[in-house]
Amino acid sequence: MLVSRSCAKRLLASAGRAARYSSTGTSQLNSVTEQDIEYFSKILPKTSIISTLAPISSPSDELNSFNSDWMGRFHGRSTTVLKPKTTRQVSEILKWCNERRIGVVPQGGNTGLVGGSVPVHDEVIISLSNMNNVRNYDPVSGVLVADAGCILQSLTDYVAPHNHIMPIDLGAKGSCHIGGNVATNAGGLRLLRYGSLHGSVLGLEVVLPDGSILDQLTTLRKDNTGYDLKQLFIGAEGTLGVITGVSILTPPQPQASNNVILSLPSFDNVLPLYQTVKRQLSEILSAFEFIDRTAYNLAVKHGQGRALPESETVGAECFILVETSGGRREHDSEKLLDLLESLLGADKPLINSGVLSQSPAEFSSLWALREGVTEAVSKEGKAYKYDISVPLASFKQVVDDTREHLRSKGLLHDKAVKYVLGYGHVGDGNLHLNIVADAYLPEITDALEPYIYEVVASHRGSISAEHGIGAMKTHALHYSKSDVSIELMKKIKAVFDPKGIMNPGKVLE
Amino acid sequence: MRPSPRRLLNILVPVKRAVDYSVKIRVNPQQTGIDTNVKHSMNPFDEIAVEEAVRLREKHKESIKSIRAVTIGPSKSLDTLRTALALGADSAIHVQIPDTAPSPEPLAVAKTLRSIIQKKNAEASGEGDKIDLVILGKQAIDDDLGVTGQMLAGLMGWSQATFASKLEVDEGKQEVLVTREIDGGGEEIRCKLPLVVTTDLRLNEPRYASLPNIMKAKKKPIEKLTPEDVGVDFTPQLETVKVSEPPTRVGGGKVANVDELIAKLKDAGLA
Ligand SMILES: Cc1cc2nc3c(=O)[nH]c(=O)nc-3n(C[C@H](O)[C@H](O)[C@H](O)COP(=O)(O)OP(=O)(O)OC[C@H]3O[C@@H](n4cnc5c(N)ncnc54)[C@H](O)[C@@H]3O)c2cc1C
Repeated sequence: MLVSRSCAKRLLASAGRAARYSSTGTSQLNSVTEQDIEYFSKILPKTSIISTLAPISSPSDELNSFNSDWMGRFHGRSTTVLKPKTTRQVSEILKWCNERRIGVVPQGGNTGLVGGSVPVHDEVIISLSNMNNVRNYDPVSGVLVADAGCILQSLTDYVAPHNHIMPIDLGAKGSCHIGGNVATNAGGLRLLRYGSLHGSVLGLEVVLPDGSILDQLTTLRKDNTGYDLKQLFIGAEGTLGVITGVSILTPPQPQASNNVILSLPSFDNVLPLYQTVKRQLSEILSAFEFIDRTAYNLAVKHGQGRALPESETVGAECFILVETSGGRREHDSEKLLDLLESLLGADKPLINSGVLSQSPAEFSSLWALREGVTEAVSKEGKAYKYDISVPLASFKQVVDDTREHLRSKGLLHDKAVKYVLGYGHVGDGNLHLNIVADAYLPEITDALEPYIYEVVASHRGSISAEHGIGAMKTHALHYSKSDVSIELMKKIKAVFDPKGIMNPGKVLE
Repeated sequence: MRPSPRRLLNILVPVKRAVDYSVKIRVNPQQTGIDTNVKHSMNPFDEIAVEEAVRLREKHKESIKSIRAVTIGPSKSLDTLRTALALGADSAIHVQIPDTAPSPEPLAVAKTLRSIIQKKNAEASGEGDKIDLVILGKQAIDDDLGVTGQMLAGLMGWSQATFASKLEVDEGKQEVLVTREIDGGGEEIRCKLPLVVTTDLRLNEPRYASLPNIMKAKKKPIEKLTPEDVGVDFTPQLETVKVSEPPTRVGGGKVANVDELIAKLKDAGLA
């Protein structure tokens, strides 16, 4: 659906005349105008455009879900959402926006937790939701090539009959896109076992801001031919280009999986337990997740998975979920039971008790207690989420110190901060520190930042282990990245996106 | 009022290893059955039966003298028994059939249970050691036949209470008040022991097996029996002619407006 050159030029000229510089934009970006809509209508069917501008004139509430993030914390004022179906359409949209200097926000499932997926002003939103076809799957090599807008869960379902799984899994799997996962370099629950997307993504198809299509959609596992450009887009949060296709290696489905939740009398036991579990389970260990008591209680309160019996939770300060995945059920069960027996029988037991799943239903239910924390927190109140990397030993200290810090500021009560909790991927050194408040209040933000970033920096940790920087943490980037690094990042950004149209205000200030 | 004399109860809980309910069933290429190389777990109704027995023990304490789980199945059924033991059964009986044997039919299962009850009751040293309550699932979710409990009650000449959603045992009177699930509500029946109860979904919600109990379960006794020991022939009486999947549902279509809808309905002879 290429528009003739002259027509494009004419439209460009008239749109230019009507252009209104956005009042707040530092990079002098333009707002979408009716002339732009006219152009978009030439490259996209009407059903692929939602816009409050004429001639589309959609009711403004149709844009609400695109303008607000999952937490309800960030709100954009975009007038226009485009839902291209093909890479070519994405290319034409970007080319136009680049020439017109219109800011563009790529949006996947809009489950991002750092405000990266919604506009800061009135940028146009490119939703990838209509690009949702599997392009190719090779059940022998396990290489999957899919459109960026495929929902993670649907890809999991797609490869399941071939006895494969996706190398990543996270609580948002029912909504998030594979493109969004790549753009945020999402970690999730399988990282311990299958590594990060920097390893499992084999190739990408990306549309650059000038409309050119970078086709690196290879299915090769080995390809040492110069700079590995695709790596730059993994975790770029849509600031360098729009990912339209992903080639990813899917691992074979484990033939046997088990999980167990262990209750611990004290956080101090987490590390020795991790050592013991790693040693005894070795290659079948696939997850080692930490849930503190507050997080557990909230998950139960909001119906995320069936609660453990009282007898197993009394006196527990925190819980650990251990998952095993392996090739032979008998072998794995024996190993796991040996481990549990030695844990329970030890002179000074590291655990109080626990529950071992007896069926796939119980397996899911135990996982839900961990995976459901994110959702439980959002049901409980307004969440301030810090997903940080700090040394394992300081997980609890960081949570406790933050709580005390808020208390000392007089902010720990019903009408301000209700809970401070921690959970996360112990195996990856990644703590999710959540502060659940009655409402988002400036005094809470002030109390938390830069406090938390300073704590993280003092541990030489990361201010964002897996959720990214988005709009939420741009100002804090320097706590984790040196000036030299930030300068280089800016140069890279300028190479790909000299006009600064790609996801403005995200990652870099 | 004179306190009723203390009576003891011995409960037998038959359990079956079945394809887990979360598994998507696939018919095998020969169309003789389903692909069984998938995850199995205890039939959910049987899990409810074990849970109910354990709850009776928690309520009636020492009056519940024993809880025995029994299964008839291949070697892997041992896992199912271990789960029953971890949930709180005291001991178990495994009637082992070859791994390649077809799944036993309800009548053979009922006869096996009868044989076990008769044998145990003959060995019993007194009235207080006899099995007098059998709690089992109303059906197994693999073949859905739903008749084993009734057949057993018939063979034994015992009372039966099917589709139970509530049990209240009066050990003194040797009676059980059972609420049954029936169309549109519940029916209460008073049964004399000995009794066969089949469980419905609402009877209870089974617990997780705790680690200490799983460890204890490893040490609980499991008695192994052969088909010869129980004197039952497991040769199938039924012949499976063919197993096939239900026809796939053809997707609907969208209409643009009411007129088109009416036109389509007319075409289809519906309006
Ligand atoms: C319940 C829940 C649990 C979560 N658990 C985890 C977890 O365990 N680990 C973890 O790492 N994260 C987790 N997250 C956050 C995670 O980053 C996102 O869920 C997911 O990776 C984002 O995918 P999405 O399709 O929703 O992207 P969006 O939210 O739509 O976008 C996220 C960012 O990527 C960009 N983007 C999206 N699609 C594209 C594209 N095609 N091309 C270029 N840029 C694009 C956006 O501009 C934005 O900056 C969780 C979120 C929720 C709600």
